[in-house]
Amino acid sequence: MIDKIKSLAQGDNLPRFVITVFLLLLFVIAAILKQPIGVLLGDSLVRYGMNGILVLAMVPAIQAGTGPNFGLPIGIVGGLLGMLISMEFVPQTMFMHQWVGLIVAIIGAIFFGAVFGWLYGQLLNRVKGSEMVIATYTAFSFVALMCIAWLVLPFKNRAMIWPIGKGLKNTITMENTYGGLLNDFLSFKLVENHATGSHMFLFNKTGQYITDTYGIESAIKFQIPTGMILFFLLFCYLVYLFINSRTGVAMRAVGDNPKFAESSGINVNRSRLLGVILSTVLGAIGIIIYSQGFGYMQLYNAPQTMAFGAVAAILIGGASAQKAKISHVLIGAFLFNSLLVVSLPVANELVPAGGLSDVFRVITTYGVILYALAKVGGKTNA
Amino acid sequence: MNVLEMKDISKDYFGNRVLKNVNLSVKPGEIHALLGENGAGKSTLMNILFGMSVIQTTGGFEGEVSINGQPTNIVSPHQAMDEGIGMVHQEFMLIPGFTISENVKLNRELTKHNLVSAVTRNPRMETIDIARNAKDARAALDKLDIGIDEYTRVSGLPVGYMQFVEIAREIDKTGLKVLVFDEPTAVLTESEALNLMDAMKKLANEGIGILFITHRLDEVIYCADRVTILRDGEWVATKETDDTNVVELAELMVGRKVEILPKDKKVAEDADIIMSISDLHVNMPGETVKGVDLEIRKGEILGIGGLAGQGKIGIANGIMGLYPTTGSITYKGKTLKLNDTKSTLDSGIAFVSEDRRGIGLLLDSSIEDNIAITSMQVKGQFLKKAGPFTLRDKEAIREHANQMIEEFDIRCLGPNQFSKRLSGGNQQKVCLARAVTLAPDLLLVSEPTRGIDIGAKKLVLDNLIKLNEEGMTIIMTSSELAELRSISDRIVIVNEGKVEGILHPEDSDADFGLMMAGTYNKVRGGAK
Repeated sequence: MIDKIKSLAQGDNLPRFVITVFLLLLFVIAAILKQPIGVLLGDSLVRYGMNGILVLAMVPAIQAGTGPNFGLPIGIVGGLLGMLISMEFVPQTMFMHQWVGLIVAIIGAIFFGAVFGWLYGQLLNRVKGSEMVIATYTAFSFVALMCIAWLVLPFKNRAMIWPIGKGLKNTITMENTYGGLLNDFLSFKLVENHATGSHMFLFNKTGQYITDTYGIESAIKFQIPTGMILFFLLFCYLVYLFINSRTGVAMRAVGDNPKFAESSGINVNRSRLLGVILSTVLGAIGIIIYSQGFGYMQLYNAPQTMAFGAVAAILIGGASAQKAKISHVLIGAFLFNSLLVVSLPVANELVPAGGLSDVFRVITTYGVILYALAKVGGKTNA
Repeated sequence: MNVLEMKDISKDYFGNRVLKNVNLSVKPGEIHALLGENGAGKSTLMNILFGMSVIQTTGGFEGEVSINGQPTNIVSPHQAMDEGIGMVHQEFMLIPGFTISENVKLNRELTKHNLVSAVTRNPRMETIDIARNAKDARAALDKLDIGIDEYTRVSGLPVGYMQFVEIAREIDKTGLKVLVFDEPTAVLTESEALNLMDAMKKLANEGIGILFITHRLDEVIYCADRVTILRDGEWVATKETDDTNVVELAELMVGRKVEILPKDKKVAEDADIIMSISDLHVNMPGETVKGVDLEIRKGEILGIGGLAGQGKIGIANGIMGLYPTTGSITYKGKTLKLNDTKSTLDSGIAFVSEDRRGIGLLLDSSIEDNIAITSMQVKGQFLKKAGPFTLRDKEAIREHANQMIEEFDIRCLGPNQFSKRLSGGNQQKVCLARAVTLAPDLLLVSEPTRGIDIGAKKLVLDNLIKLNEEGMTIIMTSSELAELRSISDRIVIVNEGKVEGILHPEDSDADFGLMMAGTYNKVRGGAK
């Protein structure tokens, strides 16, 4: 028994073990503080679905040997472009405009993700060995550069641009497009009407429907965002298929030992490029899913730090800077996002000063990344 | 009295005996050459002399070292320096951006008082006395008859001069009794080497004992007074150079019992040529190939031997296109595309690398993936259709891996064990299994038995013979001459990036020794 626990807490699994224990502890405290566990669990699932594909985007990059993709914001910008184009050109009068809008956005995201990923991959192939630091600052510069682009791109849709002056808004609501579309698709919701105290179980209903029908005093007590979770799992399966294809196996060999790959006739640079492009495209699609769950798309500096949460999540899931599996994504995304959801009310209850839960989020995120990076350094020095 | 005396020195690394009762003595004013193949134990002996930590941390050594007749126990390089033992390194340990005088006096600088040191009375605060340091350096350089200015920066110097700066640094140290030269001529041109040896003679005349490590036989004859020969960690002989000659030294260096494994068939001298190589240049760092011409016959085992760093390893790596290569290779009547690993693999050539852990294996992958991956990439094997997707065929890989594990007797916990957890010998079998899975007509094997135990060694060699009997042509590169002689049909000896000559396993030890030392053509008049 003790050996079993020890083996669970060893090496790359250590962060996963610590976070799991901590998460369970938080749930216990939340229960003692009489926090609504159902709501917390439901919100955890929502955040899980929203962030899942962004975490999944780490897998091809790590497997191709370029390390966790700290350049994820580059893909995110590609996804934002896809969403903006979809919003500009898909009229809300169209039949099934929400689904069409989502699909157009995804197609745009794949296009821009592939183009940006190709360029970014060219860069990473020239800086082998220091990908992670260079990726971070490439992303920072790119996000800053795009801040100018958001101001000057010729978008015309009134919902997206500032009423006065020029340029796109900071946050653009997706209420009238496909915001919440996947969250609500095939979803299960338990709703409580505060006024009457009655509970109600709703299937496949949007938040708008609940407000309109039961009034604004109704609140969701528990929910399963089925569509979004299914979409995430579908992408996990697609990536799983890819990494078990001939090309995927070659990519993993490159990540494991580039010299070996070369002596097996594998084109190392092409495999790395493919991994980076795939990661960037997944990042682009990931932000669409994230935004539709959030209800808003955020431009300008918002993408800048989004890579860190995704990196921390996959590392918590048991991955290292050199090894990552789909299971690490599934476990890590859940642990990390649940942690953020549960820590918020608990921290607020214990220290009413406020803001503590965000401090906590930052400590966890950067702490885990630091742990993983220190381990990479330790290996090369040994 | 001997200035240095090493008596009955024995050393083992984890039960592996690398030195057995070796004796070595150096008289004052004598140049004593230490001769031996790679792995004969020269470096270990020097590590003991200098008290390197690798010796202390692996359990010390047996035997006795005396300096000037005083038994001493040297436990650190610093102590060795204090005892008056100096070393001129093979790779230059100089700081390029410093001047010659700064390099010579590094960490032993003469200093003078300044205001701060006068007040604090702390010698660490004193200023470096550049003029006095330069004077010392000048004196040392003059002793060597080197006219170069002591204020010149080291970075621009020709290689030959750098060596002299190193020597100047050593002789500047007071109380130098023994100076060790570790293969100093390896990087020098012939005339530079002559200069160096003249300088060595001059130093010896001043009463310093010189220990000269080399594998160039004619240099031994030219400048040494006595020579000690090591082989496989054992002392073979110590001779006066006046009483011996190059041929005898070569024989002593190489000679050992060779067990020729039985082979059922001999390859006829006029068998078809499967590959012909002409003017091959390979730019592999440390193993440069400088123009090799070679013909490989169908069905033979061709051995490639030679000393480390002479370029034998580069040939197979060049054929595989792993390092920048020029020249031309014809394989089965067609020109082989150079610098293109994929097309070499496609044409039916497989490679087992000399760097097992660095290139030969995916250490963090399972045995079965290691075995299957190259064939999957090159030949599209081990794949299956699943709807619109083509995926790796786990069952087929497992089945093939199990078969290979049995065939090559790979000792493991199962086909999904990570390859990094295997012993060296079993890792080598995995590498071999991977190459054989490609079903090549020509197999290149480099250093197949390096770092593996005797039992595994025999299994690997037996497997090579078996594959050869089944019709596979094999080119085996190895540092172990005995092993090459035991299974090859012909053996090519490479020296200084070129083919020195081709021998048969039965040829004499002296011939092998002369060829490896690069003096064969001089001694035997170039005839073969």
